[in-house]
Amino acid sequence: MSGQRAASGAALIILVVAAAGFPVIFSSPVVTNYAVYALIFVAVVSAWNVFSGFSGYISLGHAVFFGSGAYTVGIAAKDWHITGTGVFALLPLAAVVGALIAVPFGLIALRVRRHTFIVITIAVFFIFQLMAYNLNSFTGGTIGMSAPFLPWSPTTFNDRFYYIAVACAAGAVVMSVLVRRSRFGLQLRAIRDDEDRARGLGVRTMRVKMTAFMLSAAVAGLVGGVWFLYLTQVLPNSGYDPLFDLSLVLMAFLGGLGTISGPVIGALIIEPGQLYLTIKYTNGYLSEILLGALFLLIVLFVPRGLVPTTGEWIRRARTRGRPVVPPASQRAAVPQPGNGAPTTEART
Amino acid sequence: MTALLRTEGIRKAYGGVHALDSCTVEVDEGSVAGLIGPNGSGKTTLFNVITGYAKADAGQVYLGDRKITNVAPDRVFASGIGRTFQLTRIFASLTVLENMLVASPNGRAAARRRAMEQLEFVGIAGHHAELAGTLSYGQRKLLELAYVLVADPAIILLDEPAGGVNLSLVNTIADRIRELNATGKTFLIVEHNMEFVMGLCDRVTVLDSGAVVAAGPPAIIRTDRRVLNAYLGEDLPDDDPHPGERREKQP
Repeated sequence: MSGQRAASGAALIILVVAAAGFPVIFSSPVVTNYAVYALIFVAVVSAWNVFSGFSGYISLGHAVFFGSGAYTVGIAAKDWHITGTGVFALLPLAAVVGALIAVPFGLIALRVRRHTFIVITIAVFFIFQLMAYNLNSFTGGTIGMSAPFLPWSPTTFNDRFYYIAVACAAGAVVMSVLVRRSRFGLQLRAIRDDEDRARGLGVRTMRVKMTAFMLSAAVAGLVGGVWFLYLTQVLPNSGYDPLFDLSLVLMAFLGGLGTISGPVIGALIIEPGQLYLTIKYTNGYLSEILLGALFLLIVLFVPRGLVPTTGEWIRRARTRGRPVVPPASQRAAVPQPGNGAPTTEART
Repeated sequence: MTALLRTEGIRKAYGGVHALDSCTVEVDEGSVAGLIGPNGSGKTTLFNVITGYAKADAGQVYLGDRKITNVAPDRVFASGIGRTFQLTRIFASLTVLENMLVASPNGRAAARRRAMEQLEFVGIAGHHAELAGTLSYGQRKLLELAYVLVADPAIILLDEPAGGVNLSLVNTIADRIRELNATGKTFLIVEHNMEFVMGLCDRVTVLDSGAVVAAGPPAIIRTDRRVLNAYLGEDLPDDDPHPGERREKQP
């Protein structure tokens, strides 16, 4: 166990050093641009996973929080005349707005389950997108909103955002780990397995789901604000992008829904790949076609995701096909003498 | 004795089907009560109404003096009623120990200690690190009993605890119930295994078509003509002096 901890610690140090040194080694703005987008999606998909991955409620409406975070920063900066690096002080506000939107959203959507929940999240998403298009005086309508000018040199602009995105991604992953290890996380996973049973064991399921939804929305809102400042503008169809949530789902399914590292790996594979295809081939539909094809392949061949499937392969290779632990059904179902269980005969 | 759990005139209908009709059942504190009846007689529906999984159309449920009619399942559990299900409902993707901790109201260290104690009590502590989904059916029954015990409920409702498990495990389950009852724990058990019910219960209530047809000690219930008619679905001759014995000799 101590050896395992030492290995984990060493891996973490290597990861931190690699993350810190990345822009130094790969100084090209093209490469750091890929990294910033990948890390933004690492943060958002990790937040999405805290709710959807742990609870089993697949949300296709997280773009609502992401886009609203972006618009919050834009609108607040414009109305309160905040310029320069002071706009970063608005990021907590973006998180609060995301969490607040999650309250009425959750009160409606979390009363239903499975496909009905998914349909409601899609409906809410389109309501927000239409509002962004039509509330011209508030959102700028089809013109959208521009971010305040940041007084940073173009040569260091990407590097600075890289470190901000690293902080967001690290924060979201740490939050995922803490939630998963907590009693709250256990209750979320129990809800995923059997919500009614969890309720019958004293879990206040609505409260637990709502808390996770708000937590997830807050991070998505905050990261939406960062994305807006990096991209320097938000439009209704980019802030509230219908493909945004599909990308999140694909990332999580590719890596492993409900795991910590799975969605991270999924984001690090899919987002740069998608970006590369969009930049390389001016036909924007190619990446979407490939995204759909990839989704089919994942569902058909690695339905549990890369991380759980790879873990299973490694275990099989180590044990040469024998299970690590014999199936429980092959062992005695009743207490064995010496394990502390009484062995008295039943009266029946 | 005083009734710890009491239902009064419970009615429940699903569309035109009356699952429960003026159903009144009492469970004394510290007793092991049985609830029997043919399939579709309303036993599980009564469990569902008591534990908040189904809403009663009429009637009341009391835990002690407290009215808990149509209260949500999480609040029913918090008030001191734990239950298991006819078909085991465990959290398959969680480990056995994690299953135990879902219901635990204590802090982390105390909860783990108590959870392990309960797993040892039912005899599956050796499986604590395994995914619950890998357990056999009988072990799942024991796990379900164990995680209901974690929160130390005042009364435990067991829905067919001996259903679908081998004789050895039936005996183990009966032993655990008896040991818990000796410490003052109250049980209400739905079961089709008559030997199990008659050997374990202090009092048995018989349901038929959603209504109580008889209630009393097992010795009386097993020879009650109305019970045999309802439960076995046959009219017995009036001159049969020992109808219960006659029926029990049937395979």
